[in-house]
Amino acid sequence: MQALTNRALPVDRKPMTFMEKIYLPAIMKGMSITFGHMFKKRPTINYPEKTRPFSPVFRGLHILNRDEEGRENCTACGLCAVSCPAEAITMEGAERKPGEENLYREEKYAAKYEINMLRCIFCGLCEEACPKDAIYLSETFAPSNYQRKGFIYSKDDLLIPNPITEPEAYAKAKGNRANKTNN
Amino acid sequence: MHFAIDWTLIIEKLVLIIVVVSASLVVAMYSTWAERKVAAIMQDRRGPNRAGPFGLLQPLADGGKLFFKEEIIPNFSTGFLFVLGPCLAMLTAMMTSAVIPWGDKVHFFNRDIQLQITDVNIGILYVFGVVSLGVYGIMIGGWASNNKYSLMGAMRAASQIISYELAMGIALIALLMITGTLSLRTMVQYQVDGIWNIVKQPLGFLIFLICVFAECNRTPFDLAEAENELIGGFHTEYSSMKLGLYLFSEYVNMFISSAVMVCLFFGGYDIPFVNDAHLLQHVGTNWMALIHVGMLFAKIVCFLFFFMWVRWTIPRFRYDQLMNLGWKVLIPLALFNMLVTGAIILLHQNHWHF
Repeated sequence: MQALTNRALPVDRKPMTFMEKIYLPAIMKGMSITFGHMFKKRPTINYPEKTRPFSPVFRGLHILNRDEEGRENCTACGLCAVSCPAEAITMEGAERKPGEENLYREEKYAAKYEINMLRCIFCGLCEEACPKDAIYLSETFAPSNYQRKGFIYSKDDLLIPNPITEPEAYAKAKGNRANKTNN
Repeated sequence: MHFAIDWTLIIEKLVLIIVVVSASLVVAMYSTWAERKVAAIMQDRRGPNRAGPFGLLQPLADGGKLFFKEEIIPNFSTGFLFVLGPCLAMLTAMMTSAVIPWGDKVHFFNRDIQLQITDVNIGILYVFGVVSLGVYGIMIGGWASNNKYSLMGAMRAASQIISYELAMGIALIALLMITGTLSLRTMVQYQVDGIWNIVKQPLGFLIFLICVFAECNRTPFDLAEAENELIGGFHTEYSSMKLGLYLFSEYVNMFISSAVMVCLFFGGYDIPFVNDAHLLQHVGTNWMALIHVGMLFAKIVCFLFFFMWVRWTIPRFRYDQLMNLGWKVLIPLALFNMLVTGAIILLHQNHWHF
């Protein structure tokens, strides 16, 4: 039957030449190539002493943001939980008491906020859905753990340090992330 | 009639045996490390470098892992033979080390101690015989596993080993015609005083080398343990330390075969381009023995590197290609080598007249 394209090459069934039959010249050539590879530079990186640089838009661990005065941005609206395709975020809202104006921005805040890192797929939809610029994905990735419950990160693990009380830790945690230009 | 037991001789031989056996085990352990490092370097990556500096404690970690694994003895296997297989393989691998001359002699406690466990007159023949016994370890392991894949692997391994023994023997005969002696120590002594045997027998060396690759079940002849062809071959059913013994006995075999090849063809403990007698007068017996042992180990390390280099370069042979090579190519070549050597010896005795 006719071939559809003319890309097929016929198989080379010539009998082996004498030099091919004694195997040794081909073996010597192969061995010299392998020997040469011993002196080439290796592309292996010695992790964890050196790490490969991540791009600035790398989607890693979540961070709950604060504004410049140190107040938490999150209002427990639930948009991130709804938009999460893996249902990894759960939260409980609470009302802001009169003496806590410097802690939270608006009258509602998140009393309990938990993200299950084993369910999270690091897609970044929660970051896109948040209207208050309260959650974003940073450059680290989740370290390993021996038990499942070690992977459920609560609000304390996720909150960025206060810029008023701990400015260096805040600056370090902020990294070089590009600022969102809405709100 | 009373027996006077020469206790010093017994103690001396015991100490020598213990030293040689430990040295073989340690060298086999570190050749697993070297194998991984050499493989990595040839494949553009680094080898193990986390366990200790340069990964030098890696073999301890591997040994520890094997010890801690669960010992599985299959229900339908023959119990005694199942355990005996790896033991036989290790036994025959170690027994060959008894006749290798590791150095000239050492002078301790007013005695001259020869650095060789025993200097039998039939040195090479003993080595040959014991290596042939190595087939038993594999066959028994394959049969006692009660597994058709193990049996196939063991069959292939056994047929491969006995096919290549013939060519090895015939290549050795040509060498023996030249040296006239079977004892390894005498052969090394001739090479120390004269030139190395490889100059006199290049084709014989090539044939012997190929056969040693086949005897050690080493690529390109490692059909018997090819993981993706035979699901593990004759060590499918083995776990923990019995598997460790099989793998180890392969490395000990490699080490001892390199030692034998070095003694036969590359001058044993001879230092190239140096007059040994002069150096002996300068340095003294004990230091000379140390230099000799160091030289022998350096040559063995080169050979081990060569084994690993070939392993990570060449794909393995198919079974029919392997048998073809063993019977139809190597045996005629070895016979041809023997005939040519015999002809040249006769001509030499006849002062180059026909």
